[in-house]
Amino acid sequence: MYLKELTSLRGVPGYEAPVREYIFEKIKDKCDEIYRDNIGNLIAVNRSGKENAKKVMVCAHMDEVALFVTKITEEGFLKFDTLGGIDTSVLVSKKVLVGDMAIPGVIGAKAIHLQKKGERGKGIEIEELYIDIGAKDKKEAEKKVQLGDYATFDSEYTEFGNGFIKAKALDDRLGCAALLELADCRYDFDLYLVFTAQEETGLRGATVAAKRVNPDFAIVLETTACNDTFGYLEKDYSTICGGGVVLLFADMRTYYSKEILKDVERVAKKYNIPYQFKKTVSGGNDAGAIHLSCGGIKTITMSVATKYIHSPSSVINKNDFEAQKMLVQKYLQEVKL
Amino acid sequence: MIKNLMELSNAGGISGFEYTVTPFIEKLLKKYCDEVNKDISGNVIGYIYAEDKNAPTVMIEAHTDGIGLMVKDIDERGYITFVTIGGVDPRILPAAEVVVCGKREIYGIIATASPHLMAADERNAGVKIENMAVDVGMTHDEVKEIVTPGDMIYFKTDAVKLLDKKLSGKYLDDRAGVISLLMALRELKGKKLPFNLAVVCAVQEEVGLRGAVTASFGADPICAIVVDVCHGTTPDSGSATTFKLGTGTVITCGPNIDRRMFEIAKKTAEENKIKYSIEAESGHTGTDAWVVQTTRLGVATLLLSIPLRYMHTTVETLSMKDVEATAKLIANTLLNLNTEEFSLCTLKN
Repeated sequence: MYLKELTSLRGVPGYEAPVREYIFEKIKDKCDEIYRDNIGNLIAVNRSGKENAKKVMVCAHMDEVALFVTKITEEGFLKFDTLGGIDTSVLVSKKVLVGDMAIPGVIGAKAIHLQKKGERGKGIEIEELYIDIGAKDKKEAEKKVQLGDYATFDSEYTEFGNGFIKAKALDDRLGCAALLELADCRYDFDLYLVFTAQEETGLRGATVAAKRVNPDFAIVLETTACNDTFGYLEKDYSTICGGGVVLLFADMRTYYSKEILKDVERVAKKYNIPYQFKKTVSGGNDAGAIHLSCGGIKTITMSVATKYIHSPSSVINKNDFEAQKMLVQKYLQEVKL
Repeated sequence: MIKNLMELSNAGGISGFEYTVTPFIEKLLKKYCDEVNKDISGNVIGYIYAEDKNAPTVMIEAHTDGIGLMVKDIDERGYITFVTIGGVDPRILPAAEVVVCGKREIYGIIATASPHLMAADERNAGVKIENMAVDVGMTHDEVKEIVTPGDMIYFKTDAVKLLDKKLSGKYLDDRAGVISLLMALRELKGKKLPFNLAVVCAVQEEVGLRGAVTASFGADPICAIVVDVCHGTTPDSGSATTFKLGTGTVITCGPNIDRRMFEIAKKTAEENKIKYSIEAESGHTGTDAWVVQTTRLGVATLLLSIPLRYMHTTVETLSMKDVEATAKLIANTLLNLNTEEFSLCTLKN
């Protein structure tokens, strides 16, 4: 299963190679042409065989949020920054894997016994955290880790409850998994399957990929934040985990076309594909870069509600994932160019 | 033994609910002991008898329980609210993976808000237990079938080996102590001691040193060696009393500790070149040693500690070198122990 394997891979903004290589292996015998550009995007093309065919680009990003080693202390601990947005509260008491060698490390925190009165229950700043790989001192740490090494969450793919999946990096290996399933498809337009780099650091991969492909239409397969969880009232839900594929009116980067949304909704209804609209204007994804490229590209996002996103334990519902895959496949059959 | 420690670490088992870990401990104790019992409180006690069964008893002790959560209620959407068992730092909870032990074990994640949807003032504002619940991905009715208020919730984190013989995992406080007892027994194998040895793996330390109260009453020792963990040095430990990992075992001195036992341990460490530090504790050591000392008519008590970073998190980290040093010191101190020194001293008759 693509999703399980993809979430276990370690690909971070600026170093997506392990994910890209996996994807290349899966599509090399299926797609007509495959390219890798300078920023690390993987671009596969399935030709229609027609002259002057229109172009549709479907994309998902390969990178996951991660940590980035910025300093090795005299005692052999690793100070870090984040690659992409991570709320530091999910880092305390978690396991990570550091660098290409996947050196195990842990992020501890001052024992509760040693916390002073004002410290207890307080939020923790990233400056206070560090990775412990057990090194005796700086010298031993430097044998295994160097500045600029990345660290990813050590979290296993787990299915639980009523069709839920927990894993790291669901954002956006889930989109990559959905995209992989299009590798056999041919349409009467040229289909560009674009696996982008560096979404989490500011849509960097999509920015150049969109200009290279310059499509007539773009679809972004993504995950999106979801607060359908404890401590929130239904009226405040952004999306519902298990509520169907998510369509967006707007996020922080893109106002989506009402006309296209209507057409997508029509297709969803036609095939009884469950869908929902995101009820907050928050987050952003590769659509933000794509829709402003080359004088403007029609762009739509199909997302999956993800609880605890950007944490080691992000959660999606399988039915939503199925709905996303179904919707993109059906919509490609009917897209008006 | 590192494999055994990892197995104990992964096993769950929190104060009052040690049943998921005690079977492993019983199995390990049976390898070395003449007899292994479980008392009313759930303490597991192994005995190695002296030739003369009427000889006095010496106890070595560590606690088996870890910290965790207990089911408080199930809300209308199936989220499981909880209370804490032992000193749980709320900061370790967001996005933590747990196992809820109802009629069967079910997997869950501690729900946390998405950073994308948080207001700026919510971020880093800290986390409160009452705002958290376990997400098991089931409806209220489904959860209710399996889970009842009062069920145990333990952390699902597997132990992991780090560099330099270090190990990280949950409940190393005080499963590492338990393992050090077993390693000491292994070292003593084939050697006859002039006293009965009671090996106590006590329950409910984290909620008030309770198991040790009944276990040490039952074992009725004249001397005891208690093994627990102490704080390992970290970049943020500041002026607190902490010990660097890899620097050996820690021998405590102070009113909770019998001066003679302390001197024997220190001398034994010197003679056997066992690395150690001394912790001076002016009162309550915060360990089972506190209640063992006043068991029955009084027990000459020694406390050995293993330095541990990030105590009461799921990534407690220690050096196996320190566990080994502790085990070696337990074994050799027992070999140097003359229990007659500790019998009631009649000053005038």
